[in-house]
Amino acid sequence: MRLRKSLLGIAAIALAGGFTAEAYAQDTVYIPLLSYRTGPFAGSGIPIANGMSDYLNLLNERDGGINGVRIVVEECETGYDTQKGVECYESVKAKNPLVINPYSTGITLQVIPKAAVDKIPVLSMAYGLSASAIGEVFPWVFNPPATYWDGASAIIKYISEREGGLDKLSGKKIGYIFLDAGYGREPIPLLEQLAKDYGFTLLQYPVPAQEMQNQSSQWLNVRRDQPDYMVMWGWGAMNPTAVKEAVKIRYPMDKFIGVWWSGGDDDARAGGEQAKGYKTVNLQGVGDGFQAIQDIKKLLVDTGKSQTPASMLGENLYNRGVYNSVLMAEAIRVAQEITGKKVIDAADMRIGLENLEISEERWKEIGLEGFAPPIKVTCTDHNGHHPVYIAEWDGQKWVQVSEWFAPMTDVVQPLLEAAAKEYVAKNAPWPARTEECRQ
Amino acid sequence: MLYREAGQFKTSYEADQAVFPILQDRIGVMVILAVAVAIPFFASNFVLASIMIPFLIFALATIGLNVLTGYAGQLSLGTGAFMGVGAYSCYKLTTFFPDVNIIVLVLLSGLFSAGIGMVFGLPSLRIKGLYLAVTTLAAQFFLEWCFIRIPWLYNYNHSGAIEVPERTGFGGVVLTGPAATPFVRYFVVLAIVVAMTIIVKNILRGRIGRSWMMIRDMDIAAELIGVRPLVAKLSAFAVSSYICGVAGAMMVFFWLGAAEASAFAISLSFQILFMAILGGLGSLIGCFFGSAFIWALPVVLRLVLPSVGIQIGAETVEHLTQMIIGALIILFLIVEPHGLARLWQIAKEKLRVWPFPYA
Repeated sequence: MRLRKSLLGIAAIALAGGFTAEAYAQDTVYIPLLSYRTGPFAGSGIPIANGMSDYLNLLNERDGGINGVRIVVEECETGYDTQKGVECYESVKAKNPLVINPYSTGITLQVIPKAAVDKIPVLSMAYGLSASAIGEVFPWVFNPPATYWDGASAIIKYISEREGGLDKLSGKKIGYIFLDAGYGREPIPLLEQLAKDYGFTLLQYPVPAQEMQNQSSQWLNVRRDQPDYMVMWGWGAMNPTAVKEAVKIRYPMDKFIGVWWSGGDDDARAGGEQAKGYKTVNLQGVGDGFQAIQDIKKLLVDTGKSQTPASMLGENLYNRGVYNSVLMAEAIRVAQEITGKKVIDAADMRIGLENLEISEERWKEIGLEGFAPPIKVTCTDHNGHHPVYIAEWDGQKWVQVSEWFAPMTDVVQPLLEAAAKEYVAKNAPWPARTEECRQ
Repeated sequence: MLYREAGQFKTSYEADQAVFPILQDRIGVMVILAVAVAIPFFASNFVLASIMIPFLIFALATIGLNVLTGYAGQLSLGTGAFMGVGAYSCYKLTTFFPDVNIIVLVLLSGLFSAGIGMVFGLPSLRIKGLYLAVTTLAAQFFLEWCFIRIPWLYNYNHSGAIEVPERTGFGGVVLTGPAATPFVRYFVVLAIVVAMTIIVKNILRGRIGRSWMMIRDMDIAAELIGVRPLVAKLSAFAVSSYICGVAGAMMVFFWLGAAEASAFAISLSFQILFMAILGGLGSLIGCFFGSAFIWALPVVLRLVLPSVGIQIGAETVEHLTQMIIGALIILFLIVEPHGLARLWQIAKEKLRVWPFPYA
C-alpha cells in the first residue's frame, strides 16, 4: 500500500513538473520539421530528416546560429500520413514557427489554404503543388528550386537530346510509372501535353500506395509494352521495388529515369550490380566532399550529436535535406537584412523567402561550392525553375553524367498560370494577394 | 455510496423505459455535455482542432462500425471506404449546390454511403463471419480504386485530392475552409455527434436494434421467431454506412480540409476497428472510450514521457504507440472482449455496492 501511494505521489509530481512551460531564450527562432522516420516511406524520409536537422544544428553548433540567433529545431513525426501531418501542423502552429516544411505532397495540399489564413510560409522544396510557384496567387507558398512539371519536362528534354532532337521523339513510347497519389499524378497533365506536342505515346503504370512493394503486375505490362524509356515518380518503398523489378525483367537500366525523389542511394542499391545505369534528375551535388558536410561530420556526427550514421553522409537524399535547410537558413539571413530585426517572425520569413538569392559566391561562403546553381526567388516567381542535371548510379554511388541544363520553362509557365487560375476558381473565394512586395 | 439507485422508484412505463433510468447517470450525462460545451472557451485551438474534433469524428465512425459489427454481428473491414463515400459525395454535392448549408449536405451525403453500404451488404445474406469480412474488404479496395480512378469524383483536380471550399451558414458564419475557426467547427461536430448518438441509442433500444442483436446472437433462432434477416442485415448495413458516411464527410470538411484517396485507405478501417475493439463491441460509450484512447495516446505519450524525464524522439513515440495499441488489442481480446466499456460497467457495479466487495 505504501509503495503504491508513493509511486502515485512520484507520478503526480512528475506530471505537475511537466506542465511548467518550457521557456526559450529570447534570441531564438523556431523551425519545426515534419519528418517521417516510420512507415513505408521511412526509407526516403530518414535521410531527408537527417540532412535537414543536421545542417540547422551545424549552424547552431559552428556559428552560434544565424547572426547570433539560435534555431530551435523540433521534429514532428508524420509517418507520411496526411492526418498526422495536419495534426503536426496544428500543434506546431501554436509555437510561432518561422516556416513549415511538410515534406509530403499530400500534407502540402492540405496546408496551402491554411497557410494564407495563419500567415505561416510553407516551403515545399521541389514538391507539392506545381502551381504554387505563382507568387501573386500563393504569396505564402514557396517551392524552389524546380517544380514537378519542370522535372518532367527536363526528363523529356534529356531523352530528346539522347535521341537527337525533339522531332525524333515522334513514334516513341515512354512509360510513366508513378505512385498513385497526388504526388505521382501531378506531372501527368504536362506529360500528356508534351506527348501531344511531340508525338510520343505516354504509357501510364500507376502503383497504388498499398501495392508499393508488389509491382510485378505493372512491370509485367512494361515487359509487354516494351517502352523505349521509363520515367518514374516514386517515393519511399516504391523506389527500391521498382528498381528491383526493372532489373528482374531486364529493362535497359540506361533508359530508366527517376524524378529527383526517386534518386535515393538505397533505392538504386536495391537493384544490386545490375542497377548500374539507373538515372535520376538531380537538384544538387552528391557526396561528402563539401566543406559544410565535412563540418557536420566533425562537429555533429563524430561527437554523437546527430542521428546520422557516418556512412549516410553525402548520400543524395541526405544532401537534399541539407539543401532544404540551406534555403531556410539563407531566407532567415535575407529577412534579417531586409527587416533589420535579429529575431524575425513568420511574416518576415515570408519576405526573406520572397527575396531569397544564393549566388555562386554565397554557395562558396557557406561551404557548399558547386553544390547547386545560384538560386533566385522573386515575388512573382516563387520557384525560379532552376537548372537540373542527370545523375547515374555507377553501382556504388551517384555520378553526374550531364551538364546542368534548364527545364522547358516556356512550356511549363503557361500551364502553371492556367493551373493557378483553376485552383483559385475551384477554391473560391480565394483571397487576393494583399502582401506587398518588399525588396 | 454515491452511485446507488436505492430509493429511486419508477412509477410509470416512461420512467422504466428511460434512456438513463438512474438519476446519477442523468446528472453524469448533463455534466459531460456541459463540459463538452465549455471546453472551447478554455482550450487552445490546438486542443480543439487536433484532439477534440478528430476524437468526436472518430467516435462517430466507431459508432457506425459498432452498429454493424457490435450490434448486428456483421464483421466489416470497409469502414474507411464508406467514410470516403460520404466525403466524396459531400464534396460533389457542395460543388453542385454551393448555396446549400454545408451541414445539410453533410447529413445528406450519408445517404449515398448508406446506399452503397447496402449493395455491399447483400453478400451478408449468404455468408458470415470472416468471409463477410473479405467481401467488405473488397468494398474497401473497390471504392478506394474509384476515388483514384474516377476523376469526376474529385472534379478533375490535377492533384487528385478533394479540397474543401469555404462555405458559410447561419448568417455568414464561416463553417468550412481554412478561414473556419476551430471554435465553430467544434460546435458543429459536437452537435452532429450528440444528435446522432441519441438517435442511434434510440434505434438500438427499439424494435430494429433488437432485431439486429437477435441476428447477431443466433440468426436461425431469430428467423424462427419472426425477424427477417434480409431486412435486419440490410438495415444494419444502411444505418452503419450512413453514420460512417457522415463521419467521413465531417472528417474532410470540419477537420482535415482536404483529402486524397489514401486518407480512406484500409489503415483507416483498421484504426476504426481497433477503436471499436478497445472501446468495447456492442457499446455506445465504448466508442467514445476507444476513440479517445487511440487518438489521444500518442499525444499523451509525447507530452507525458518528456515531463517525467524520458527524452523521446518523435519516431519513437510512433513506434511505442503502435506497440502499445497492438499489445492492448491482443490483451483485450483475450482478457476482456467487451473492452473499456465493460471495465466501466464493472466499475459502476462495484460502486453500487460499495463499500461491500460482493454484489
